[in-house]
Amino acid sequence: MDVASFLQQCGIGITSGGFLGLIAVGYTLVYGTVGLIHFAHGDVVMLGGCLSLAILSFLVPVPVDPLTGCLVVVLAAACSGLFCGCLNICIDQFVYRPLRNAPPLSPLVSTIGVSFVLMNVGLIWIGPTDRAFPEIFLETTRSVGGFSIAMADLLVLVIVVPAVLCLYVLLRQTRFGRSLRSIAAITRVTARSGEAGKLVIATFFLSGFLGGVASVAAGVHATTINYQMGHQMGLYALTAAVLGGIGSVPGAIVGGLIVGLIRAISVAFLGPRWAIASVFLVLIIFLAFRPQGIFGKSKTRGGQR
Amino acid sequence: MKIQWPSLSHFVKWSKKNWEIPVFTMLALAPWFYPALAGGLGGQMTSVLIICIAALGLNVMVGFTGFLHLGIASFFGLGGLFLAILTVPMNPLEIGFLPAVFVSVGLTAAIGTLLGSPTLRLRGEYLAIVTLGFGEVVRVLFLNLENVTGGTQGLGPIPPPGSGIFVTGIDLGREFVVDSRWFYYLSLIALFVVVLLVRVLEKSALGRAWIAVREEPLAAATIGISATKVRLSAFTIAAAIAGLAGCLSVASIGTTGDPNAFGFNRSVAILCAVIIGGLGSIPGTLVGVTILFGFDIVVIPSVDSWMQRIQGQVFDVSLFTLGSWRLALVGIALIVVMRFRPIGLIPSRRFAAEFQESKQ
Repeated sequence: MDVASFLQQCGIGITSGGFLGLIAVGYTLVYGTVGLIHFAHGDVVMLGGCLSLAILSFLVPVPVDPLTGCLVVVLAAACSGLFCGCLNICIDQFVYRPLRNAPPLSPLVSTIGVSFVLMNVGLIWIGPTDRAFPEIFLETTRSVGGFSIAMADLLVLVIVVPAVLCLYVLLRQTRFGRSLRSIAAITRVTARSGEAGKLVIATFFLSGFLGGVASVAAGVHATTINYQMGHQMGLYALTAAVLGGIGSVPGAIVGGLIVGLIRAISVAFLGPRWAIASVFLVLIIFLAFRPQGIFGKSKTRGGQR
Repeated sequence: MKIQWPSLSHFVKWSKKNWEIPVFTMLALAPWFYPALAGGLGGQMTSVLIICIAALGLNVMVGFTGFLHLGIASFFGLGGLFLAILTVPMNPLEIGFLPAVFVSVGLTAAIGTLLGSPTLRLRGEYLAIVTLGFGEVVRVLFLNLENVTGGTQGLGPIPPPGSGIFVTGIDLGREFVVDSRWFYYLSLIALFVVVLLVRVLEKSALGRAWIAVREEPLAAATIGISATKVRLSAFTIAAAIAGLAGCLSVASIGTTGDPNAFGFNRSVAILCAVIIGGLGSIPGTLVGVTILFGFDIVVIPSVDSWMQRIQGQVFDVSLFTLGSWRLALVGIALIVVMRFRPIGLIPSRRFAAEFQESKQ
């Protein structure tokens, strides 16, 4: 394998790592505030993908020029983000909120239950087979200086990069971001109402919104979606969140990029059937040497279990 | 002299303490009262009993030491694979069933120790992801190393236990194939032994060390209990018990089957069964598995075949097969149980007391 195709695989890895990172941020935000591994997050993303499939097939039944295409996709990403955010709030309010004071593993079972229900909703919505994402652009690749760049990958960057920048501004520059980061650094929220309760609602909305945005990118990147997509992407994204140090937002983004790179490179060198195994093998070996992940806190600090 | 005859309330009190005896007597007598167990239903019941064994193994890890373990099905699969490698006719080893079970349980436990020793110093969530990842790695290896594991087809045929042994002119191996009650009893005996083992372990010094490390790791360390060693023992025992369950499972099916059955989904389902039954509680685990897997393995196929029969006679019900709503039904059941009984259906007394304490 020559250098050019290696770089091309890296490019694919970084684009897919971008949206994996966004999904991983969803895991990490929820974990940071309520101390819960939100196993249903991948399936929320999958439903976002279903909605964006419906929107895109309604708006662009035939391929269009790049600018219109980008605008339509951003619109779809915003819609599916809003939908996933609201869905996440509903799940939290109806299912997880009553369990804030329960033994720590009980809400985990609820998240698995929610994941099953959402998967079944997806199965009824789009059926048991793969559904093709609509072709958005007239030209599928464009060559720049010897590299052929898939338009789909560019589109993913158009969605992911602004989302990450907005997230950075939101967390670093606003009052909401400051309170979120401080609460994630100290303890897990058990309150059901009041300021802390509002913070939890906002966290779930943000996590769902990023997941919905990422779902459009994932659909464009993979060109098909199915009802089990959330399950698989959820595993990758959870790995990314843990690799980066669960609870840390920059860690989740970096972890997502690393997981995307490992996946793309192992697909190219070993074949797609080894992809998930190599990602997890790297994770296990990495954690054996650095148990708290890349940006994670060591176990003596913080009140997290 | 007045003799106090045992009354019903005495019996209830006694059976609450020694619930194993009535439960296992009933299960052992069931084939007499319900001869259909010799057929397909017996096979389904056997798989529920086998998953009970694996769930008890998981309970040792999650219930007693409080560590989340998301890869129990991979140890289940490994146990089965080792048994298959040791016994199938295409491999040169071809050793008998019982020694093969011992060897494969030992190998599974060894793999558990190998995985556990570098990773058990991780914090809870990180360890959970490592076990999850290990499970996926094992599943992918099963799928891709076709010349060892048989790939998606699985490895088989595994000769039934007791093949070649003749008792009064009857080939025991053939009996195992023809009548599923043999495997039913084999799994029942194994389950009984495992229940007794876990019960003894829970009361032993080791079991109390597990709970001490779960509750107050610092205090446990000051009285000389090494948290890592204690956790490693629980991890190894969990792996061994799950490996035993895997051996029984592949022997009763006759092949290792599709490796995807040993993946994350199965692990999570067993974990859910343990938690809705009640963490750290042996009867709770059995009840949880019976509800969750009994619904999945026994109820859904029979309801669907019943619906198939009435379909066409009454109205078109193809959309309403229970199978297509299985996920949602299980999911709603999990949510509802956790909403109203967050400590599980039959919680262990210690766990319930701790929850009450933390609420006040």
